[in-house]
Amino acid sequence: MEIEQVEIFEHLRQHPPFSLLSDECVQEVAGDVEVAYFRAGSPILSFGDEVKDLYFIRSGSVEIYRRDGELYNRLGEGEIFGQLALMTGKQARFPVHALEDTLIYFIPESRFFRLFDEQEAFADFVEVEDRTRMRQAWSNRQQANPLMTTRVERLVHRGPVLVSADVPVQEAAARLVDEGISAVMVIAGHPSGKGETNDLRHPELVGILTHSDLARRVVAEGLDLQTPVGEVMSRDVASVQKDSFLFEALMAMLQNNIHHLPVLDRMRPVGMIDLADVVGHETQNSLFVVRNIFLKESVEGLKSLWPDVEGCFVRMINEDANSHMIGSAISVIGRSFKQRLIELAMEQLGEAPVPFCLLALGSMARDEQFLNSDQDNALILSDDFDPDQHGAYFEALAHFVCDGLAEIGYRYCSGDIMATNSKWRQPLQVWRKTFAEWIVKPRSEALLNSSIFFDLDGAAGDVRMADELRSEMVEQAAQSREFLGCMAANAQSRTPPLGFFKDFVLEKSGKHERTLNLKGRGTAPLVDVIRVHALAAGSQACNSFSRLEDVRAAGFLTSGMADDLRDALEFIAIVRARRQSIAVEEGRRPNNHVDPDLLSSLDRRSLKDAFKVLSTAQNFLKFRYRP
Amino acid sequence: MKFTRRSRPSRSRRSHIAPDWPARFRVRAEACRHTALQHFYSKGTAAPETPLAETPFAALDLETTGLDPDQHGIVSLGVVPFRLERIHCRQGRYWVVRPRRDLATGSVMIHRLTHARVSDAPDLEEVLAELLASLAGRVVVVHYRGIERRFLRRAVTERWGEPLEFPVVDTMEIEARLHRGVGRSRAVRWFRKFMGGQSVSLRLAASRARYHLPDYAPHHAFTDALASAELLQAQVAHHFSPDTPISKLWC
Repeated sequence: MEIEQVEIFEHLRQHPPFSLLSDECVQEVAGDVEVAYFRAGSPILSFGDEVKDLYFIRSGSVEIYRRDGELYNRLGEGEIFGQLALMTGKQARFPVHALEDTLIYFIPESRFFRLFDEQEAFADFVEVEDRTRMRQAWSNRQQANPLMTTRVERLVHRGPVLVSADVPVQEAAARLVDEGISAVMVIAGHPSGKGETNDLRHPELVGILTHSDLARRVVAEGLDLQTPVGEVMSRDVASVQKDSFLFEALMAMLQNNIHHLPVLDRMRPVGMIDLADVVGHETQNSLFVVRNIFLKESVEGLKSLWPDVEGCFVRMINEDANSHMIGSAISVIGRSFKQRLIELAMEQLGEAPVPFCLLALGSMARDEQFLNSDQDNALILSDDFDPDQHGAYFEALAHFVCDGLAEIGYRYCSGDIMATNSKWRQPLQVWRKTFAEWIVKPRSEALLNSSIFFDLDGAAGDVRMADELRSEMVEQAAQSREFLGCMAANAQSRTPPLGFFKDFVLEKSGKHERTLNLKGRGTAPLVDVIRVHALAAGSQACNSFSRLEDVRAAGFLTSGMADDLRDALEFIAIVRARRQSIAVEEGRRPNNHVDPDLLSSLDRRSLKDAFKVLSTAQNFLKFRYRP
Repeated sequence: MKFTRRSRPSRSRRSHIAPDWPARFRVRAEACRHTALQHFYSKGTAAPETPLAETPFAALDLETTGLDPDQHGIVSLGVVPFRLERIHCRQGRYWVVRPRRDLATGSVMIHRLTHARVSDAPDLEEVLAELLASLAGRVVVVHYRGIERRFLRRAVTERWGEPLEFPVVDTMEIEARLHRGVGRSRAVRWFRKFMGGQSVSLRLAASRARYHLPDYAPHHAFTDALASAELLQAQVAHHFSPDTPISKLWC
């Protein structure tokens, strides 16, 4: 086949959306192309210009500005602009000028609309503009369901009402009446013993005092009205961070069967929300799964809830929840199963002889769990643990929990990182030593298999042990250059499948031949990269999005890089979640693989962008954490 | 740093003394016999004072079997009509023709045209009328007029026994002017210094690269015509203005 505009054709066909079209079709487009040259700095489109063509950048680059002068986008060779103006008002909203000497190929609107009408892949692509599509894909989803996206702090309408633990309960009750509220937060008493509450810079929340506490613990018991608040308050209360999503707060309320929830900004109390605040925002679904978990009396009963878990996952996808919400919901469900299993185990085995903490590791600790998840867990035992006296109990406990989880739907961990493995069922001091060894004398190989231990959170039992271990680990990790170097090297081991459209790098072995592993080549290496930065920055967070915020705040990544990583992780994760949701709906077992042919062109293009971000981030690690 | 301003007559200044093209066209239109030529000349050409922005152009490229019109022949022709503001590929034309002289094996490789493709092609005479129609009323743009104008002239004389002449804007000549002599601006002096005083390549690809125009695969008549059109757009964007009269550039 010989065509005249061979140069134009050859270039167009390499770039989407034209790469999505047949050669014949691209040849027709090439025949219609008009060309113009723009010297660096010269205007290409001014505000209000009538747009009669699609603009394709053959060489050079352009900048698009908002009318207020803010840079909106920068585009380079092979990218297009003007499609929105064509599809909507036909007038340029944002001025465009040449950043470098630029050659533009114009595709006339008549051809554009023919392609738009006749070529679905083309229409899919141009409907979302340029490089912002990844971000836009996300923000659209966030707007789609405000119920799922409301942050807790939005419901905090007043400053915190605090009372000191050492003030008389009558004074606190008067405060409740004065403020017209049903609960107050209680903070640690003043060292002087005087009920100072107002100008404390670092109030430490020790509990809350509610109407029902007053009724049950004071009035019903006939206690002295001078009794210090600290003696009658609810202790160890659950709380949420102010930037949590509303549904996380609801989960916490249902899980703990409470109606009041303190809202914290890190450690500092900033207000309270109660169930009444959120009934209007009721988000149904996953909350009921959690509640039902605590109503079940047997492993079998728990197992019967699995279809509800999958259903809840599918519903969240259909409601356009983002990956963070889905990950949190599924992780909370997972933790609830663990907690309930521990309770059921204790009904059989009796109370634990010494305190312990069941750990969530990996995705559950990060609040990033989807379906098709391994169970990664471990047990921290109190240092009073005596293997001869207590060994049998905890072994039985571990088996009850792990077998139960497997029964419910969480596969045994193929790497045997489970509490049933005696290696991962150790007293706190042994754990401390293990982490210290990993960090002080790091060996890449050993760390490769234990990176999930650095995503660690208490799931059941005495979760303070987990917190303690984590904060010690984070402190040491941030200081060990060698350790960070090893982690960084490991984080580069799984490369993203670039070479996306034509030369897709596909899984070569096993039954997932010709598919793309979204987890192994996408989210998992992204999480690895983020973990290294987070540990270096001394972040205590486990969730990758929270870690990114900490890393950004610590100045370890530029805002742009942090944004890119966040968007890339979100995008790959949500594509993965959607594939799992489809599998569930079609009655198949969800996995992490996707056949690229089943993806929309838009998803493919955005995935490619996301993989590019990963690749860049891995390269950045290389020089940032040179051991 | 001191620069001495000297006005010196130079070779390329001479090229600025172009004929009165509209008058020439009127004369030729009267004199010629072949209808295709009558059409061509009667369409006239732009007045010398026409601003570049309003001048209709047609970029022209010929692929030939060699450099000498006496020994070599034309193999393919590409025409891309355009205006300074836009190049319109849709109106472009491309022909493969059978040269009357031997097809040297060396150039076959260059033009990526097979013997079969060329020996099945028509004689230039069959496309000449169409070619002239696509150039009529337009100022022809070439990169090195030594080829295009001379070969076409020769071909027309040979076939119709009449002369062919028309104004051209030679993008190579423009580059030569910028880099070798006349009208040296401070920027050009700087550029020459920057280039280390070495001679600047005036070939199409090298000239385009100076304006950050993309690499195009050479030796396809249509592509080269397009490439010349883009080069003129770039040259004007950098060194002239849309208001510059065409007489400044043509010869």
